[in-house]
Amino acid sequence: MMSEIPYIAVVALIGIGLYIVMFKRNLIKLAMGITLIETGANLFLITLAYRSGDRLSAPVMTSQIMGGGAPAYSLPTPHALTLTSIVIGVATTALLLAFFMQLYKKFKVSSVDEMRRLRG
Amino acid sequence: MSFYDDLIANAPALIVAIPLLFAFATPLVSKINKGLRNVWAFLAVLLSGALMYVLAWEIFKDGGDLASVYVFGGDNAEVFNVLENVRITFYVDGMAAFMGLIMATVAFGAIIYSFSFVKKYSGQDKYYTLLLLMLAANFGMVFTGDLFNLFVWFEVSSVAICGLIAFRTNRGESFEGAAKYLIYSTIAGLLLLFAIGLLYGEYGHLNIKYLSSAIGAGGSMLMIDRIALGILVTVFALKAGAVPMHMATPDGYSEAPAPITAMMVTASQAGLYAMFRSTFTLYGGNIQNAVEQLDLLHAAGYLLVILGVLSMFVGVTLALVQKDIKRLMAYHAISQTGYMLLGVGVGLAVYAQGGNNDFAEFGRTAMAGGIFHIFNHALYKGLLFLTAGAIIYKAGTRDLNKMGGLGRDMKMTALFFIIGALAIAGVPPANGFASKFLIYESVFRFNPVIGAVAMLVSLLTLASFVKVFYSAFMGPKNPDMKVGEVPKTMLIGMAVLAGMILVFSFLPSLVLSEIVDPAVTALAGPGPAIDFNLTLFSGQGGWNALVFLVVFIVMFILGYLLRLVLGNKGTTPKNEGAKPYLFGNPTEIGGVPIVVSGSNVYWGFIRALKRYYRPMEKMHSGLINEYVFWFMGTIGLVMLALMVLI
Repeated sequence: MMSEIPYIAVVALIGIGLYIVMFKRNLIKLAMGITLIETGANLFLITLAYRSGDRLSAPVMTSQIMGGGAPAYSLPTPHALTLTSIVIGVATTALLLAFFMQLYKKFKVSSVDEMRRLRG
Repeated sequence: MSFYDDLIANAPALIVAIPLLFAFATPLVSKINKGLRNVWAFLAVLLSGALMYVLAWEIFKDGGDLASVYVFGGDNAEVFNVLENVRITFYVDGMAAFMGLIMATVAFGAIIYSFSFVKKYSGQDKYYTLLLLMLAANFGMVFTGDLFNLFVWFEVSSVAICGLIAFRTNRGESFEGAAKYLIYSTIAGLLLLFAIGLLYGEYGHLNIKYLSSAIGAGGSMLMIDRIALGILVTVFALKAGAVPMHMATPDGYSEAPAPITAMMVTASQAGLYAMFRSTFTLYGGNIQNAVEQLDLLHAAGYLLVILGVLSMFVGVTLALVQKDIKRLMAYHAISQTGYMLLGVGVGLAVYAQGGNNDFAEFGRTAMAGGIFHIFNHALYKGLLFLTAGAIIYKAGTRDLNKMGGLGRDMKMTALFFIIGALAIAGVPPANGFASKFLIYESVFRFNPVIGAVAMLVSLLTLASFVKVFYSAFMGPKNPDMKVGEVPKTMLIGMAVLAGMILVFSFLPSLVLSEIVDPAVTALAGPGPAIDFNLTLFSGQGGWNALVFLVVFIVMFILGYLLRLVLGNKGTTPKNEGAKPYLFGNPTEIGGVPIVVSGSNVYWGFIRALKRYYRPMEKMHSGLINEYVFWFMGTIGLVMLALMVLI
């Protein structure tokens, strides 16, 4: 049960993030929603890394007792993936916020309802 | 090992590394000299493009079943066969090399065109930096041998593209288009990462080759496999711009500078590539073993067909009502993507059917048609976006109603436009017809109704390009417009693509046998050998462009003789032909003539279909929330179809 809590958190984070992006109209909230989805995806990767058993497909880093007494270990690959993904996330969030800032400067747009010059 | 062998062995890494390195050095070079910066950026595209051509030559030279594997941090692939699974690899087979060739060609035309096109803007350093970054991301996305780097290149491509969409900072709309495109592609990218996490958690590897041997090895498909496939297919369909996840695509395409739009076409096609990779290679690697896997792929094939038909039809009908020239062309890009999805989807559906000869009879031809269409589409759509850029450059407006008479001054641009328009509409003997011919004939065997829809869409495509030609190039000269032809480098950029269209219009079988067939082989395994022949065979019939050329020349001479005999009377306002034809309605009411604006020549057709167009207008509301909702709804439906219905 304890080991499933991270997965529940992943689902909650991605779900809340998607809800915000689909139903909230404020642009800053939109950016927050995207960041939440990103956090959920990153947490998912990190959770995948920590496991027990003998599936030694990559070098083992830690040795701690987890669950049923089998040695637990942490795969390095998901950590590398998460780091990369965080860096990418920073870039996209910064770019998105920059666009929102410029939109506010140009048209005083702060809501999705006003950001619909391009349509049809 | 000679220098040439070394070069070939390291080419996959170099093709990506050169634009990356040059991209980050561009701002520095720009500090020295602005002219040097242009040469520098051109050199990057030229070098990596030339290497791409050399590598493709090596891969395609002996029938095309070779693949170039580059293992980062390893001496060579054979020695580290086991470790290859945990390393970062580039895997360039027939399909990847095919995509790489297209990207290199379009980028070459686009960068030459850029020199004059962006001259009047500030921030050109960033423009060239991002252009090269986008090129590197495009190459990386098709070369990568592991799923995680697919995600990385996907995101690099999105960031570079969005930066370029917002390049014209004086237009507020460009920020809006960029923001929408970025929100869409970021959410897609994160869901892609989630799907990759699912596969990694199950199989403990990211290498596509390893995963393809592991998925379905137990004889059944796990729920995780189905969910992951659903996400992968939908996300890549979004990147490719398939309906109903297309809404941000026209915004991005129409706001980006024209050469970037031409390159964005190839970036979208990288999404298509990733979709075909994930269905054929990732999930189809073990295809002989499991019945469940066949069913899953069969269903995925039908999904691609549905997405394809929707994209074709919705794209072209919406293009018909546009009055912004670039937005119109962007909807056509969506519509043409439908053809590729349709062709390869039919291929996948019958490939995974098993137990009959459908794949050999028409499935392979459909796939070849779809993949061939990728090649043709990149050339003619790239050319059309460049001509649209030239029109906007000279006319100063993107509104079809405000422009007119440009053909009098821009003769070359008009010629290039005609070449591109004939190709996109699939009018023989242009190259677009060759690939559409393969699609029509094979899809007709699959389902006659879909084959008929594909032809109808071509007709509507022609109709809307007639509209553009009519409102932009024909008519009296507008005194407000700047006169004269566009600068030389823009013409050269367009001529590169137009020349390739002309050459391959008359040698479609050369492309089919030399590069398309190896690409199909890379996805679906070897088939019967296709030899070079001047006539293109679809299995049902043949098509020879040269015959049509002769017919056209004869007709032209006849028409010219007729003109000599009858004399050139021209059209005067007195002639009956000079009056507007309004579907039989009166042309004036109470002495006031009715004027139909250039963008609205099909008003009768559109009014008759208002029951269709009203909900379409509501669907494209401009609200990014609703767009994301459509995306989520599609993912949900696709997953439902893959999990429950089969």
